[in-house]
Amino acid sequence: MAPQRDVAIVAFAQTDHRRAVPERNEVELIQPVIRQALDQVGATIADIGFTCSGSSDYLAGQAFSFVMTLDAVGAFPPIQESHVEMDGAWALYEAWLKIQAGHADTALVYGYSKASPGDLPRVLSRQLDPYYYGPLWPDSVALAGLQARAMIDAGLIDEAEMAAIAHRSREAARGNPHAQLRGSDPLDELLAAPYLSDPLRRHDCPPITDGGAAVVLAAGDRAREWSKRPAWIRGIDHRIDSHNLGARDLTVSPSASLAAAKAGVSEGKVDVAELHAPFTHQEKILATALGLGDSTVLNPSGGALAANPMMAAGLIRLGEVFRRIEDGEADRGVAHATSGHLLQQNFVAVLEGDPR
Amino acid sequence: MPPADNDRQVTPFPAGLWEQPQPVVPAAVAEVAEPVQRIRVPASMLYRYTPGAAPSRFLRGLRDKRILGEKDPVNGDVYVPPRGMSPVVGLPTTEQVELPDRGTLAAFCIVHIGFGVNAPPTPFVSALVLIDGAAVSVYGTLLDIPIEEVRIGMRVQAVWAPDEELTTSFENIRYWKPLDEPDVAPELLKGHM
Amino acid sequence: MSGNRVAVIGVGQTKYAAVRGDVSLAGLLREAVYRALADAHLGMDDIDAIVVGKAPDFFEGVMMPEGYLAEALGAVGKPLFRVHTAGSVGGSTAIVAAGHIQSGVHERVLTVGWEMQSCSEAMWALSFPLPFQQQLVAGAGGYFAPFIREYMRRSGAPDDIGILVALKDRLNALKNPYAHLHEPDVTYDSVKDSFMLWEPIRYSETCPSSDGAIALVLGGEAAAEASAASTGVSPAWIHGTSMRSEPAMASGRDQVSPQASQDCAADVFAQAGITDPRRQIDVVEMYVPFSWYEPMWLESLGFAEVGHGWKLTEDGATQMSGDLPVNCSGGVLSTNPIGASGMIRFGEAAMQVRGQAGDHQIEGARLALGHAYGGAAQFFAMWVVGSDKP
Repeated sequence: MAPQRDVAIVAFAQTDHRRAVPERNEVELIQPVIRQALDQVGATIADIGFTCSGSSDYLAGQAFSFVMTLDAVGAFPPIQESHVEMDGAWALYEAWLKIQAGHADTALVYGYSKASPGDLPRVLSRQLDPYYYGPLWPDSVALAGLQARAMIDAGLIDEAEMAAIAHRSREAARGNPHAQLRGSDPLDELLAAPYLSDPLRRHDCPPITDGGAAVVLAAGDRAREWSKRPAWIRGIDHRIDSHNLGARDLTVSPSASLAAAKAGVSEGKVDVAELHAPFTHQEKILATALGLGDSTVLNPSGGALAANPMMAAGLIRLGEVFRRIEDGEADRGVAHATSGHLLQQNFVAVLEGDPR
Repeated sequence: MPPADNDRQVTPFPAGLWEQPQPVVPAAVAEVAEPVQRIRVPASMLYRYTPGAAPSRFLRGLRDKRILGEKDPVNGDVYVPPRGMSPVVGLPTTEQVELPDRGTLAAFCIVHIGFGVNAPPTPFVSALVLIDGAAVSVYGTLLDIPIEEVRIGMRVQAVWAPDEELTTSFENIRYWKPLDEPDVAPELLKGHM
Repeated sequence: MSGNRVAVIGVGQTKYAAVRGDVSLAGLLREAVYRALADAHLGMDDIDAIVVGKAPDFFEGVMMPEGYLAEALGAVGKPLFRVHTAGSVGGSTAIVAAGHIQSGVHERVLTVGWEMQSCSEAMWALSFPLPFQQQLVAGAGGYFAPFIREYMRRSGAPDDIGILVALKDRLNALKNPYAHLHEPDVTYDSVKDSFMLWEPIRYSETCPSSDGAIALVLGGEAAAEASAASTGVSPAWIHGTSMRSEPAMASGRDQVSPQASQDCAADVFAQAGITDPRRQIDVVEMYVPFSWYEPMWLESLGFAEVGHGWKLTEDGATQMSGDLPVNCSGGVLSTNPIGASGMIRFGEAAMQVRGQAGDHQIEGARLALGHAYGGAAQFFAMWVVGSDKP
């Protein structure tokens, strides 16, 4: 029996993303967002069948950091709950499986991080092969620079096109009250700026963000009850590529292509796509991998270039597509999340609203 | 040769504990070359933590030798140290409640192997103290009493750091000592340790 | 129990040791994965998805290490999923893996739990001190010891129940070739005379710090039947899975017998149609990192009346010769790679109902409980597996 239940995103809330939120700890950061998401559907935790979160101990600089955040949920009496050391998009995947298996009808999903306590590019270097790459301490921006250089050398992108992606994303973020970076300098000024990690300039890189997001899932009639227009999950899949940078063609993303195919991205018109592309050139790789054309609006929220809270930025892509479907701005959309360096792991979901 | 353990800045254990033999290397491998059994990758990362809103309020109180708990907005339970939320209802605690620096020993063990720079000489009593008016217990050490006289339900009093050493730290409460009051029935402590 | 049927069709474990300096982190996982695939008569190409779990990343010093391990796990081009639910993670991971099949998404899933604790200083990785927080100057055992003392007070159990548990588990470990601690000379007196760490917990009543990995191959109904036909070994059918969580510090919590523990057990037994666990369950693999947790969990899970769990231990009911054998593998007290420990319980339960447990096999075991817990005794994961199709 293949998955048969109709499951939808019915609520979404996110923090106002900022470079640093020193006045709040993680539980204080995420609780208002969890509460907003539940309030949107008029639910309490007692109405939720399964709760799943995504966060990272390395970002928090603390072992078992997710334990304290459970206080934000109100988990007493005890609840069915789980946690992934992944972006909240994967927490949503676990919740989706739980509902498909019939173990729950509703789910609360959240993801969050405070990147501000540590030095993020350096912390992320700890995600590499500990024997061969880790000892070299390559930071995440330098690695992304290798990929951008490979793209340019292959004639797949140039610095002007990268700047245009940054400009378009941050101008779009003017309409996103939660975004950290809203608005962009003119293109010529962007291109006149010095390199940060050649060929990447500052505008090619995501901001460093403290923030989080929460989503509510529901099946069938409950979804219709809780949302005026649920965003039904019509396809969902995730895949991973090799970690061995020397063995990968960095200019393509086979795992994103495969996940898109499994999720059925090409089976209909894509009105909107929210791609988790932290670096400008990665949007091009992903749009190609997912087969998105000019008729698709890319990252109307501004994407990860406008706010990039680790462990939540992927979940936010799902939420942003949901919001546009619920509001009737779009009928069918694609949400993407990534994990690891250089788009190593990719998640794709196809969301669809009922016919209007 | 692998580096000596003192080279890794490990917590010192009593001699003989946790010692294990060296790994066994298959003969075929050993013949080819000396196997690499360990590489060292020192990793040092600086984190600048901030405590958050509720813990900040609490720590500022501690600097003045005041114990400020925070109230569950629905059930009225007082949490100390506050972490900003009622874990029962998932709502922020905003109302501060000043608590006395007295309480009841809710649970304990006798520690013969201490950890950290602030651990007292062993053996000592690691205590869970239910401060009067609080809903959950705090961790501390119980001193100034023969270990064999320690019992669940006994009343205890905080011993503060000297005024000139007070900071915004939980360690302002140096330890807990016995208080000459009748014991509390242990059954009353269930659900609060 | 809803969703598609699932069974354990392959189990593979590494040799557990304090230091596995003969393998890399990737090599450690491969050792378990190869054995699990061989047990299932499958190759890596047969696997649809991989679900992994481990405890804090600081143990190996690699953040989200599943990315680095993708190739070693045969995961390139496949879904690779990472779970972290504190000490219960090995159990939770197996349950999430089962969910990949119950949901109808996949047919054959590989799940792996591991920890290579020798890569770092385990005590540091577990609980390095943070500013602004209460400092527990007593270590991990110092956290749990007060609740053990409280259990002793409430139950009136004799002081030596913990010694009996430790002795039993260490003797059982001698029958398990994979176990970390093999102490042939262990006696009641050697446990009793071992160094007192966190009174009432002695050194020999605590778990070791281990390197190791376990891998399970899970299959849907068709995969399980094909595997059984090929291997001649009965699948371990999953009759119920459950997870429950509660906050670390909350008014009304009882850490001696947490509500989440009771709820989780009640849920998993209800799914499996078990009304009298003491009678119906043939063998238990329970997460007992400190000896006294055996009687504590026996009560919390419903195998004994409140206050009477210790009598099962004292009467020998939990020995291999008893009517409710607990931790025939030697348990967490003999082997503890933290992120794997819960999955080892789940995998050993499966081995028992498949008749694969060798010298520590309980003859005729048909229904077994795998149990894991973590955090401040607040995260629980359990499954019931049986030799009969549910």
